[in-house]
Amino acid sequence: MTIQRVDRDLNRFRHIVRGRIKKDLRKYMSHGEMLGRQGKRYVSIPLPQIDIPQFRYGAKQGGGVGQGDGNVGDPIAQGDGQPGHGEAGSEPGSHILEVDVSLEELAQILGEELQLPNIQPKGKKNIISEKDRYSGIRKTGPDSLRHFKRTYREALRRQIAAGDYDNANPVVIPIREDMRYRSWKETMLPESNAVIMYMMDVSGSMGTEQKELVRITAFWIETWLRSQYKEIDIRYIVHDAAAKEVDQETFYHIREGGGTKISSAYKLCNRLIDERYPANEWNIYPFHFSDGDNWGGGDTRECIELLRKEMLPKVNLFCYGQVRSLYGSGRFAHDLEEYLGDEDSLVISEIAERDDIYDTIKDFLGKGK
Amino acid sequence: MRNTNLPPDLQAAREEIEGYAKAYGLDFFPIIYEVLDYRTLYETAALGGFPTRYPHWRFGMEYDQLMKGHVWLGSTIYEMVINTNPAYSYLLEGNEPVTQKMVMAHVTGHVDFFKNNMWFAHTNRKMLDEMANHAARIQRLIDRYGYDTVEDFIDTCLSLENLIDYHAPYIKRPEAQTEQPVVSDEEIPVVEGLKVERGYMQDYINPPEFMEQQRKKLEQEQLKQKRFPENPQKDILLFLLNYAPLERWQHTILEIVRDEAYYFAPQGMTKILNEGWASYWHSTIMTRRALKASEIISFADLHSGVVATGGGRLNPYKLGLELLRDIEDRWNKGKFGKEYEECDDMAAKRQWDQQLGLGLQKIFEVRRLYNDVTFIDEFLTPEFIAEQKLFTFRYNRDTDFYEIASREFQEIKEKLLFRLTNFGQPFIYVEDANYNNRGEMYLRHRHEGVDLKMDYARDTMRNLHKIWTRPVYLETVIDEKKRLLSFDGRDFSERRID
Repeated sequence: MTIQRVDRDLNRFRHIVRGRIKKDLRKYMSHGEMLGRQGKRYVSIPLPQIDIPQFRYGAKQGGGVGQGDGNVGDPIAQGDGQPGHGEAGSEPGSHILEVDVSLEELAQILGEELQLPNIQPKGKKNIISEKDRYSGIRKTGPDSLRHFKRTYREALRRQIAAGDYDNANPVVIPIREDMRYRSWKETMLPESNAVIMYMMDVSGSMGTEQKELVRITAFWIETWLRSQYKEIDIRYIVHDAAAKEVDQETFYHIREGGGTKISSAYKLCNRLIDERYPANEWNIYPFHFSDGDNWGGGDTRECIELLRKEMLPKVNLFCYGQVRSLYGSGRFAHDLEEYLGDEDSLVISEIAERDDIYDTIKDFLGKGK
Repeated sequence: MRNTNLPPDLQAAREEIEGYAKAYGLDFFPIIYEVLDYRTLYETAALGGFPTRYPHWRFGMEYDQLMKGHVWLGSTIYEMVINTNPAYSYLLEGNEPVTQKMVMAHVTGHVDFFKNNMWFAHTNRKMLDEMANHAARIQRLIDRYGYDTVEDFIDTCLSLENLIDYHAPYIKRPEAQTEQPVVSDEEIPVVEGLKVERGYMQDYINPPEFMEQQRKKLEQEQLKQKRFPENPQKDILLFLLNYAPLERWQHTILEIVRDEAYYFAPQGMTKILNEGWASYWHSTIMTRRALKASEIISFADLHSGVVATGGGRLNPYKLGLELLRDIEDRWNKGKFGKEYEECDDMAAKRQWDQQLGLGLQKIFEVRRLYNDVTFIDEFLTPEFIAEQKLFTFRYNRDTDFYEIASREFQEIKEKLLFRLTNFGQPFIYVEDANYNNRGEMYLRHRHEGVDLKMDYARDTMRNLHKIWTRPVYLETVIDEKKRLLSFDGRDFSERRID
């Protein structure tokens, strides 16, 4: 393919977009809006104001002329503002640009901005393997790697340029300088696999906003871990007084009542690891989100024992995120800190509001484990 | 390089179409068609139809958006033509023959419009070369001053791009500064009053009130001369070129941006009429001459796509086309003039037909003399609005919906004209470039009922400050209150003025 004139401008545009995302990363991380726009490899990010500002009309007293059926007062299109909102900023109809950013690139931005260290996978089986990829062309090489088409093209070009080419007798004879060979590049492929195990408290005190916090945090965790591992398995566990494994959809939408018994989730998680993800083959990342309001009666003690004896030795990192619910934050984070504070593979972070997600991600992933 | 010349079958189609067009009286520049694959076509579209533009990220953004629209929404660019002589037009490789024919007919309409519409009379028909020159000049500046510096300055200039006087090429405006001061600095002017022959008549011929009035007038005159510019300037870019402390390379860039803005301006001023005219001719040529029976379905499908008005949206192609047809019909039947206007009998009005047959002649006149504003102002009728089901809409903050606001003729016309006047841009003037006697710039927004988009306005002031380098003021109206915004290089402030 020929180099396009517009490629330079396109690259420059992407560069600017990247810079913009980086600059406002904290803001983006506290908004859930890009989650709904996530594809398999790309995420679509709404970027306001990348266009050039000019003196122009606002939409407030605006409106315009349209064409079609309908009576006076009939709605014709939805605005993009919030209904009933006051003056503040929301100008409907304003143009918001959506740009696609690959998840890889997003992870890269995240890594650079949060200064996340690359993860050192554990275990022998998880060495990054070298793999050869035939991606280039060079002028020397073994005949077995001869690139016929390129060689032919070079020869043809030379013969035409030299005036040796005869239309009536189109014989093309390559000489040594025409020869082209495939060449390879060694690329590092992470061979290691990882599993993320999300556990969430779905007892009555966890509201919609708390779940949204978890959801956004989870998105960023996945974005980063995906860039570090070849394959990622994700399991979801919800618990109130009892724990069960669910699918993603249920995980974020289920609403249970009842009390909270965190040990139930840890037990289930531990069992899953033992059955399905042997610690010497898998990099294991359990994340647990709760408002920290655990039941009394020694359950917290049980959790701590379970963590210390069973789970922490197996996992790469155990992250506990405590969100603040309507009823405030519980003591669980505090207890963990007190008894397991010096454990290297345990991270505790409090997520009081959306703005904290940025720091939480930094806490969770900043260890490089 | 790929061969983008027309293949023989398209060459034949083109000759056929151009033959019909000439027979109908269209008069166009020679047209050079190029057949492009879709990537190249979209690339060219992103560059505004020109193969060589200066490097700028917004072309990349445009390309990204166009490609996305194409890939995800299935939107396609069928035709693209640029206003040059010869005119260049691009066809999409692999389109059906009937599509290509229709596009050619449409393009021929556009080129006829470019050549004959008076609003295009002052455009540079060698713009292809000019754009390439601009690109080369800017590239040289980039080599010298660095990409980031130049890009940043281009961004700044583009932010002010719309601050030009769309009518400047056609009329002479008062200058920013008159060459000869009416009142010279040395002489102290005295109010002498009217000539009085006899001293005792003095108080009668020049009563004190009159003298006072004269004195004030003179003072104002002097004040005006002290003011700079003497008259409010609408071509703010020109004003900056002349008076802002620009370095040479900055001057070059600003000049280029202004040149290109003026080049594109007539296309913005004639969008409805131009598209209407081109659609009128592709429809006429195709349905009356060029279509084969087997192509009818494809053509109908394409044409209805072009003039579709989905979701209550106004389609300039549709509006222009219908209004031109309405004019043709009215002038064919003599539905104009005093007698027709004053006729109260609706039935008679509907049946009105004087068999004048002036329709075609009239629309040719329209294509020569009108732009969107005058086109709508003169030819929009209540009957047309009812027939086309036009309405005005407004935003309802309580429901977060746009709603139909009115189907009244006056309101629709007013709103439509408002959207078109000054290219739909707010009127902003340089009122005083020596405000506070400290070389600060005072701009006035002539408020016409719609407030500015404030976040953009502030950023634009910031950019203006970059060029003017002194504090910038903007007088405008926010929520029906007069406000004076200012930016001094660091902070914005805002205060009420009454």
